[in-house]
Amino acid sequence: MSQWIGAVLLLGGSIVCLFAAIGVLRLPDFFMRMHAATKAGVAGAGLVLLGVAAFDGSTATWIKAMLAVFFLLVTTPVAGHLIGRAGYVSGVPLWRGTSEDALDGVLPRTNIIDETPDDAPDHLGTTRAP
Amino acid sequence: MNEAIFDIVLATSAVLLVAAAIAAGLRIVRGPAAADRVIALDMLSLLGVAAAGLAALVADSVAFVDIALGVALVGFLATVAFAGYIAHGNIPASRPDAAAERRP
Repeated sequence: MSQWIGAVLLLGGSIVCLFAAIGVLRLPDFFMRMHAATKAGVAGAGLVLLGVAAFDGSTATWIKAMLAVFFLLVTTPVAGHLIGRAGYVSGVPLWRGTSEDALDGVLPRTNIIDETPDDAPDHLGTTRAP
Repeated sequence: MNEAIFDIVLATSAVLLVAAAIAAGLRIVRGPAAADRVIALDMLSLLGVAAAGLAALVADSVAFVDIALGVALVGFLATVAFAGYIAHGNIPASRPDAAAERRP
């Protein structure tokens, strides 16, 4: 029984990992990519680890897997915050559909990069007229 | 019967993780900013955690779960170090000729 739960968790975690990576590849600006990588990536990797623990079933594996999941849940938001702040400060452009820059005037930005049309097209279709 | 199904589950998970790694690798190649590459690298390290967990099942060796913990630690430290370099160092965020005035 626990092996079936483990199989479901493994497949679900792998699919969430794939969604996160597709988000990193396809989303139109850096901050959205950071959001995909940190949230969905942690969910996917954590589900895979829980699936491994459910598959194996021994107490030692459960403890190690829960420790790894706890570590991921603690550290990845910190890393995402730091890299998001570093990207904003170093002048990574916002998506042109962004309506409000809440950090405008709060954090210094240097050498703003022009918004080059990335490989990601405007597939959301909600470009706002200036 | 069960063994065959579990083998299929493991193989499917491995294929999905490899596809995810290819997508993250494409983002590393494309950039365009250094921060984009760092966040794709962070995604790759998370995929490495998942792959180490999967290897524990494939190799039937629980020690790979410890490796997952180690990969998570190294990925976190790498992201924090790169964030420090990007925020305070001299890494240009992108090609210097692409600079332009700021959007209102």
